[in-house]
Amino acid sequence: ITVLPRAAGAQMQPATAEAIRKATGGKEPQDGRVALRLPPIAENGNTVPLTVSVDSPMTAADHVKTVWIFADKNPTPDVAVFHLTPALGRAQADTRMRLGQTQDVIAVAQMSDGAFYMARTEVKVTIGGCGG
Amino acid sequence: MATPIGQPRVRLPAQAKAGEIIEIRTLISHVMETGQRRDQEGKTIPRDIIKRFVAKFDGQEVFAMDLATAISANPYITFPFKAEKPGTFEFTWTNDAGEERKATAELKVA
Repeated sequence: ITVLPRAAGAQMQPATAEAIRKATGGKEPQDGRVALRLPPIAENGNTVPLTVSVDSPMTAADHVKTVWIFADKNPTPDVAVFHLTPALGRAQADTRMRLGQTQDVIAVAQMSDGAFYMARTEVKVTIGGCGG
Repeated sequence: MATPIGQPRVRLPAQAKAGEIIEIRTLISHVMETGQRRDQEGKTIPRDIIKRFVAKFDGQEVFAMDLATAISANPYITFPFKAEKPGTFEFTWTNDAGEERKATAELKVA
């Protein structure tokens, strides 16, 4: 089965849109190349596993430099910034994040040629993980 | 006052083949206090997080991460690395107060 990525132009919170503009310097990210793996349903929003990977040869001439992760409806959208180098051999990182409620998680990648790509995926959260 | 940074744990394969892409898994004990919670008296518990992780191989930075309050307690970070030659990894976690915790690991390449 194929899961279609949610379009980059889909609705998002103004704070998230602003955080993405800040990351890209105002450049519009394209869809594609970025894959975000998260559980579709998170029973506990305190610890939601996340894997982000980007389709890239990771050579000195052509690699992923930076990957930003945003959570659209958390109290603040910033989650993480990964700084990658060709020494990794593959563009990937894993971590665990907090999600306060059901929302989209967004990844934006900057390539060494300056292009930006984006992916977003929805996670349904049963018990929110941002404390109260 | 910042919570002391807990014990770091790092896992990588005992030995890698030259050219193989291995996975490096790291975990560090830390509360990752968001600054959005209140204590029983209703006072805000101040933010206190690990805000940066850096991995160096033989002195060269190969991977880094800026962490925000949305990263879970006891931050777990995994990343790949292409094993070309033996060497030493140095991992550094830094908290909001600028305190550091370091760990090292040897990469053996057959």
